[in-house]
Parts: sequence; structure tokens; C-alpha cells
Amino acid sequence: MNTTPTATALDVGAPHAQRVACTLSINGGTQTFDIEPWTTLLDLLRERCQLTGTKKGCDHGQCGACTALVDGQRINTCLALAVSYDGAEITTIEGLASGDTLHPMQQAFIDCDAFQCGYCTPGQICSAVGMLAEGHAHDAAEVREAMSGNICRCGAYPNIVQAILQVSSANGVDETAVENGETHS
Amino acid sequence: MNRFSYTRANDVSAALEAHRAPSAPFLAGGTNLVDLIKEGVARPERLVDIRRLPIAAIQPSADGGIEIGALATNSAVAYDERIQSRYPLLSKAILSGASAQIRNVATVGGNLLQRTRCHYFYDTATPCNKRRPGSGCGAMNGVNRIHAILGASEHCIAVHPSDMCVALAALDASVRVTGGEGERVVPFDAFHRLPGDAPHIDTNLRDDEIIVAVTLPAEGFADRYAYVKVRDRASFAFALVSVALALKLDGTRIEAVRCALGGVAHKPWRDRDAEAALRGKTLDATTVRDFASAMMRDARGLPGNAFKIELTARAIERAFEQASGISLAAREDDAS
Repeated sequence: MNTTPTATALDVGAPHAQRVACTLSINGGTQTFDIEPWTTLLDLLRERCQLTGTKKGCDHGQCGACTALVDGQRINTCLALAVSYDGAEITTIEGLASGDTLHPMQQAFIDCDAFQCGYCTPGQICSAVGMLAEGHAHDAAEVREAMSGNICRCGAYPNIVQAILQVSSANGVDETAVENGETHS
Repeated sequence: MNRFSYTRANDVSAALEAHRAPSAPFLAGGTNLVDLIKEGVARPERLVDIRRLPIAAIQPSADGGIEIGALATNSAVAYDERIQSRYPLLSKAILSGASAQIRNVATVGGNLLQRTRCHYFYDTATPCNKRRPGSGCGAMNGVNRIHAILGASEHCIAVHPSDMCVALAALDASVRVTGGEGERVVPFDAFHRLPGDAPHIDTNLRDDEIIVAVTLPAEGFADRYAYVKVRDRASFAFALVSVALALKLDGTRIEAVRCALGGVAHKPWRDRDAEAALRGKTLDATTVRDFASAMMRDARGLPGNAFKIELTARAIERAFEQASGISLAAREDDAS
């Protein structure tokens, strides 16, 4: 047998699993993670950060349960690869309150009885906060349209719309034509 | 999701270089691609993240139009003041699509390149010529309610799901791409393909190219336009059929008309012969009905989707009413 010392006869390695460093500011605290590229922001929040308020519903961007605020905008965290958001600022439902004082939207959801089972609620609240910041919805019909990315299988929609309008009117948004929630044709 | 490697590109040439590797698609907003990976429809070996490329600006173009960077998000475009005032048709079409969460992330370039929502394309347990060339078409003899009535082939009856692209087709936008053979500009009509015998190829973008921008010509039809979308629920649903209409009138005389249809074909559907025949005519119920019939003359229905032919004709009529403000007299068959 005559082998050259540099030749490679066999090279069986573990399947290549690339890991990537990713730094995120989550609810005001900065953390660095070493993650696999296929990790979604949703899974990172739930599995690595134990922030389980952000829910996994459909996992396909159709139900809105995973909605969180990323750099101030509401997005579906189930369709976001965490590596792509390196450096982003994230606010989840756990980060909305100030100490023991609930965010006005959280308080309004309680006041208006805007949920039954509560599973969609964190996504609904984060979506509503993002929606008000966008500033395009001014009455019940526009709120319904702007919130169509959040499904509530308990059907708490009338009270969700009411809660959102309660907060938006407190912020000075026109609340005329609020009742009955006529929809756009 | 399958395991894949990840490359983040900071400029266009680095993105194109990384994209040369086999099975290394671009990742922009990811609202379609990540879903396709979860479903096992896309199984990339590497993702080339292009979210940080400096091609997201919306700015005036040299010829008096507007150039929209490929990475501008749907929300950024739809709520841009210049788009809203000069191209309200585009703004309205974008806002009728998807949800706010998706629009905040999805990009213009990604919108053009999104895949069909055909159920059989998404179901890896069924044959699909678009997903696996040569395997057959599950939709042809299956549940084909959402499928094409125009421009389909025996190999594929999928439709392009976009609202934005329907408006871009009506506005005669163009697509600026760059890559292996330099930069070129593709007229919007020539960007997407009909399925023919190669339904796995959605567009005429070459493998070594990237979309840089979408350009709108100066004329935006801001005075008379309509986007009519018919769907199964009031919001957050793909179009069964949609109509983007841009109109110029002199009194009731039609000076110019552009009409693009969504939800009916493998690409936004224009019929320039039908449009040309309408110019100079008086806008009334008869001319509009004749125009709608002309648009539908090559339409072919399957058991599940034949209803779309009349639905599309009526959606076209409604679009003319909305765009012109002229009430088209009720026809006899409307009495019910």
C-alpha cells in the first residue's frame, strides 16, 4: 500500500449546519444569538427567549397570531427569518406595558371584553398598536380592513374594533360612524 | 424547513455573485419564499439575503415618471404621496392585496416573482408541472375554481396571484433588471410568461439577473381609474378576478383605455386589440359590454371556473362605471 500523506481517501463529516450570529434588541434589552439560518423570529422569541406571548397559529402568515412590532412595524414573525433581522428592534406583547401599568391597548381589550379564549389576543394587540402608528384607519370599517390580517376564531371582532376605536379616539382620531361597523363594498 | 446556508449581500454585484451557486434564491421580504420552504415546495441549498441592498428608494425618473426600487415594500409604495396622487390605481391595487403585516414586509421585486397559489402547486403529494416538470397537472381534472380562463395550456392552468402586477400592467410599467449581460429594461407585458409547455418558468428574468426597479411612465391616469377585485371574503383573499382600468375621456368619448385583468391567467392579462377597438367610441352600456365580450373572446372555462367568464365581464363593466362615473344602464338579464 502506497498512499501519499495529503490524499483524502474518505471524508465523512456531520451534515453542514451553518450557524450565524444575530443581535436583536427585544423589549428594550439587547441579546446576541447563535442561530441556524432557518430559525424564524417567532421560534427564536418562543424557544430561545421564552417570550411565549407571541403565538404560533397557522405558521403561514395567514392568521396574525404571531404579530409583533419590528422596527416599529407590525409583521408576521412566522414568515421572518431571524438572521435577516440582525440589528432590529423588536417589541412583543411582553414589552408593551410600563411596569405594572398596562399599555392603553391592553387595557382597552380588557375594558371592552375583546377576547374569549385569548389565543389571538397578543397578535391582535400588537397589530392594533402598529395600525394606530400607521395612522390610516379612522373609523370602524377602516379598522376592520386594516386588521384583516388577524383572525379571531372566537369571533370577538365587534369588541376588538370597539377597543381599538376607544384607544384611537383617546388619541384624537375621528370616531364618527363607529357603531355597527359597516364594511367596505 | 430544509437546512440551508445563508449569505447576506450588501451590494448588487455581491448578490449576483452568491446567486450563481445552484439553488440559491434571493431572500427579500420572504413572505412567499419562507412559506414555500416550510411547505417543501422550495428546497434551497442557500439563501442570498438581499434585504440590505440599496435599491429601496422611490424617486422621480428621467422621463417624468417614478422609479420604484425593487426592495421598496408594498406599504411604502402604497402610502407614498407621489404614488397616491399620480398613480392612485397602483396604490389601490396594492392595498387590496394581502394583509397589513405582509404589506409591511413584502417587496415590489418579490411581488413580481411570487409563485402561484394553486393548491396543487403547494401540495407536494400531488403532481404539478410547475413544481415538478413533467409530473402532470392535478388541477386540470381537480378542484379548479381559482384557475385560469385565459392563456392556459394543457400543462398548467395556474394564475398569477398579484394585485400590484395587474395595476403595473395597466400602467405600462417596465422592469429594470441587471445581471450577466448588463442592464436591460423589460416591458411589463414581457416580464411574465404564459405557461405553454414550460410552466415551471414563471418569468423571462434570467437566472443570472436581479430586478433592480420598476419604472412608471409619466402618465398615471389619476383622474379616471378603477381597481375592482372580486374575492371570496371582504379582505385578505386572493382575487377570483380583478380589473385594473385606466381611462381617458373627452365627455363620453373614449380617448384612451388600458385594461388589465388579474386572477384569470398565468400573468396579468391585457388585450391591446380590444383596447384599440374601443378608442374613439362613446362610453355606454353597449360599447362596454362589447369590450368585455372582446376581452373574453378566447376565454375557456373548466367545470370549476367557467363562472369566471361572466364574472370577469361584469367586473369590467363595474370598473368602467367606477372610473367614468357614468352609470351604465341595467341590462335585461340584470333584473332579478
